[in-house]
Amino acid sequence: MYLLKLILRNALRHKLRTGLTLLGIFVAILAFGLLQTVVEAWYAGADAASSARLITRNSISLVFPLPSTYQEKIRQVEGVSRVAHANWFGGIYVSEKNFFPQFAVNLDAYLELYPEYIVPPDQMKAAMLDRKGCVIGRKLADTYGFKVGDVVPLRGTIFPGTWEFVVRAIYDGKEAKTDTSQFFFHWDYLNETLRKTTPRRANSVGVYVVGVRDPGQAAKVAGDIDRVFANSLAETLTETERAFQLGFVAMTEAIVVAIRIVSFLVIFIIMAVMANTMAMTARERMPEYATFKALGFGPATVVILILGESLAIALAGALLGVLATSPVAHWFASQMGTLFPVFEVSPETFAMQVAAALVVGVVAAVLPGYRAASVRIVEGLRNIG
Amino acid sequence: MSETPAIVEVRNVYKSYRRGGQAVPVLEGISFDIAQGEFVALMGPSGSGKSTLLNLIAGIDKPDSGELRVAGEDIARMSESELADWRAASIGFIFQFYNLMPVLTAYENVELPLLLTNLSRAERRQRVELALSMVGLSDRMDHAPSELSGGQQQRVAIARAIITDPVLIVADEPTGDLDRTSAGEILKMLERLNTELGKTIVMVTHDQRAAEQAHLVRHLEKGELIGAAQP
Repeated sequence: MYLLKLILRNALRHKLRTGLTLLGIFVAILAFGLLQTVVEAWYAGADAASSARLITRNSISLVFPLPSTYQEKIRQVEGVSRVAHANWFGGIYVSEKNFFPQFAVNLDAYLELYPEYIVPPDQMKAAMLDRKGCVIGRKLADTYGFKVGDVVPLRGTIFPGTWEFVVRAIYDGKEAKTDTSQFFFHWDYLNETLRKTTPRRANSVGVYVVGVRDPGQAAKVAGDIDRVFANSLAETLTETERAFQLGFVAMTEAIVVAIRIVSFLVIFIIMAVMANTMAMTARERMPEYATFKALGFGPATVVILILGESLAIALAGALLGVLATSPVAHWFASQMGTLFPVFEVSPETFAMQVAAALVVGVVAAVLPGYRAASVRIVEGLRNIG
Repeated sequence: MSETPAIVEVRNVYKSYRRGGQAVPVLEGISFDIAQGEFVALMGPSGSGKSTLLNLIAGIDKPDSGELRVAGEDIARMSESELADWRAASIGFIFQFYNLMPVLTAYENVELPLLLTNLSRAERRQRVELALSMVGLSDRMDHAPSELSGGQQQRVAIARAIITDPVLIVADEPTGDLDRTSAGEILKMLERLNTELGKTIVMVTHDQRAAEQAHLVRHLEKGELIGAAQP
């Protein structure tokens, strides 16, 4: 108790120095938390992937479509429960900065494969009855103020022209990590238009989403699907939804690695700053530590004083950083629009922030603690005056 | 010389320090005794080895060779941890610059050595209040060192030195940082500790006036004792 009192009073002895160090740790822990959240957001798609879903695409590349006739053949493969298909639309809403993913899908089959998207039944019914109807996620609706009944014009880039859709349903996510920034509309609407404008592009799909009865058999089912289309004009590559999503992440892996490195560099820098502060503090107080030892206190007391002060400052800064992370992440996500479909600070990130602060506190105290504990009393006392 | 038994026995003690890779001798074969209840002043020019001798007697430094017994304990052969326990129980320190903890009050500073004992909080309070009243600072218990004058700070340090009822009080230039009036008060206090409480005191000083308070003055020069005299 006495030592705790001494540690706290020592920590507040140089208010400006402690305040600035605390501010540095606060900013570092906040930045670390945000950068970790960005990395997690990058993997959100893969993390939300279901083990009961497979993705079948053209084996050459994702940019090459598959014939729409494959759907029935895939459905007949042993172990397949449902099949849906999707085309990446890539339209622009008003301005290019308004990015959100749009897919032309067979709505009923597709949404049955994604039970994590909660659509009110009456809205779903309305969407099915309207050829131009679309189903959009809650985050997307909130970002652009879309309401049921609104007309959303998209300027096509892959499929030229101006396309108009009517918002018929808004889905919510079953969990916080569910992506609610997507825009789904009838593949039939796209296909019928293509038949009229560019018939050679009609009757094709980008990917098939395949539901499997037993996730344990997913690898076998994937192999069976690809064997059906072996030696055809459009051979397929079937993989789990998670592997498919990680394939996208891998394309930008260098950015993720860079963000990770920066996040740890931030902690390393604040560790150096904190170590310097503690070294300076310990050097100034060497006569006090020597006096403690002269009075009969062991070197452990001196180490506890230094380590305690270092941890008190580091954890106080971390507490402020942890408290600020969620509000700042929320603000950051709102500024980013739908760029990050899921941007939630995870419990793991909070734990990593606290762990980082603990490491900073302990590492910063190691050298000053060792010096103060090992310095000879007469040398420590000599620093007075 | 006093006829009472010796509380400090120094026998053929050598001590040197290394400076720039070379051993610089500080004490060269010093031998002398200090009797129980004695008030001894160690005098000598800078570098004569008086502070080193005091540090050895107080157990905060170790001799290169020789024997050093304090209150019957062979402190030259004690381990660091044994020395720490021994200092806590046997030695009261008074430093030139007081060496009080700036973040602790006068009360807490005096209480500090008692934290190494098994005394209860109530017993500690009783002792601290008594010690502070003995040095005339009962009304300043809750003041931080920065709120006290130099003389008052040294009185707090004296209270801290006597709080564990040590067998020996060592004082290194106790009046070196004080004005004449405060120095006089501190010296009177040390004399009272010696005469009224029977405390053995070893004091290093440059100040002839301070040395006059002692019963015996030992002079050191170039690491050797050159004589003893009554002040």
